Amino acid sequence: MNGGTNVGMSRQSGRAPARIRGHALWYAHILHRLSGVGLALFLPLHFWVLSLALTDVAALDGFLAFTELPMVKLAEFGLVFLLAVHLFGGLRLMALEWLPWPAPHKTLAAGTLAVSAFLSGIFFLQAI
Amino acid sequence: MLELRLYMAQRITALIMAPLVIGHIAVMIYAVQGGLSAGEILGRTQGSMSWALFYGSFVVAVSIHGAIGVRTVLSEWAGLRGGVLNGVCLALCALLLVMGGRAVLAVTMI
Amino acid sequence: MPDEQRSGATRDRTDNANGTLAVYVWRGDGTGGREQRFDVPRQESQTVLDIVTWIQQQADASLTYRFACRVGMCGSCAMMVNDEPRWTCRTHVERVARNGELHIAPLRNLPVIKDLVTDMDPFFDKWVKAEAIHHPSAGRDDEFAAVTPDDPERIEASAGIECINCAICYAACDTVAGNPDYLGPAALQRAWTLYNDSRDDGGDAILDAVSRSGGCHSCHSMGSCSHYCPNDLDPMGAIAGLKRATAKRFFGGGRG
Repeated sequence: MNGGTNVGMSRQSGRAPARIRGHALWYAHILHRLSGVGLALFLPLHFWVLSLALTDVAALDGFLAFTELPMVKLAEFGLVFLLAVHLFGGLRLMALEWLPWPAPHKTLAAGTLAVSAFLSGIFFLQAI
Repeated sequence: MLELRLYMAQRITALIMAPLVIGHIAVMIYAVQGGLSAGEILGRTQGSMSWALFYGSFVVAVSIHGAIGVRTVLSEWAGLRGGVLNGVCLALCALLLVMGGRAVLAVTMI
Repeated sequence: MPDEQRSGATRDRTDNANGTLAVYVWRGDGTGGREQRFDVPRQESQTVLDIVTWIQQQADASLTYRFACRVGMCGSCAMMVNDEPRWTCRTHVERVARNGELHIAPLRNLPVIKDLVTDMDPFFDKWVKAEAIHHPSAGRDDEFAAVTPDDPERIEASAGIECINCAICYAACDTVAGNPDYLGPAALQRAWTLYNDSRDDGGDAILDAVSRSGGCHSCHSMGSCSHYCPNDLDPMGAIAGLKRATAKRFFGGGRG
């Protein structure tokens, strides 16, 4: 006869386990959310740098020279990718919500990733 | 009906920004070639009413859109509610409007 | 969605040397709990419900769980199995076990009464809050309603009427988890089926109810509801329909 053995505090012990396994559209949702947060955090910095044109043009030029660094080019590519992914993911959501046709959701999600990678890839190649 | 109004505001600003973002990415792809410099950027944008309108509307739309988006994330992932939640997001909207407005002025004013 | 697509097509045939499965069952109540391990003998074509039943009958009679039809019609046996909400009577162990292990827990997003049994009240309360109740448009002295099966609105309504309120979609949804006001996929889907039902007179009331805090506009279309629905329903699509209807009304068109 098999009794049970108490395994102790696995997973969360205050409540029942609360994780859910991911799937394609869920990853699309997470990517859309994280790209939005990333862009929202980036914008104040972006605006501040551009405002230097008003107060300290030399500092602006200095900053722009700094953006020649390879790491910065990579970061810029990342930002363009986040922006593109957020835009095209958002358009996919708007189509899902407001257009009446039934859409191939996973195909469209894959498509937004592809277009975003393509556009940010073009940017990167021009930038380096 | 706050939820409905926030939803509509976010969707409408999203649609307004779609062509603006495409335009912005296109400009970035063009401008980044051969390196960036203040002179090159300002030479294009200074004194230009069209750039002022383009980026001015972009700033207004993104301030509303971003604040509403962040509101959702703070509510669902950080558990903020009520007055604190709305206060933080109004503040973010104001911050983006002010800083963005300054940036637009900085590059388009003569 | 068919079993194969949901959890991957690979079958897990690993088990312990003596032909048993390591099963971790969440034990506890609303104040808290932890996993308890049982070593359960493996059998051919074993379902997760078979596992839970074996434990309660052979190992620990204090284990509390729900089931009824055991043939995939009632939804009572819904539980979290290796982080996925499933009907345990329709879940074969070999399709979900990972490295010979099973983790079984009560449905997510609902208060726990004891062990694997959750309190379904919040789920049904939200059903009512979504105005997902029939609003009669005719009385006994009126003509029978003529409902054509190929009417587009009827097709739209019929797409959601097979819901048996098992709360798997509710457990799957991260927005339900993060937003206590959110009415959830099942309630909203039902509201949409009634909105499209030609016999229902409550169109405006329904749109009002789903436009409030926690209504359809809180949905982010992550699609876990449609992904996990054992009846292959599409609550995500239904909620999109509600968004369309409320947007139309907002812009001045739509139902009066």
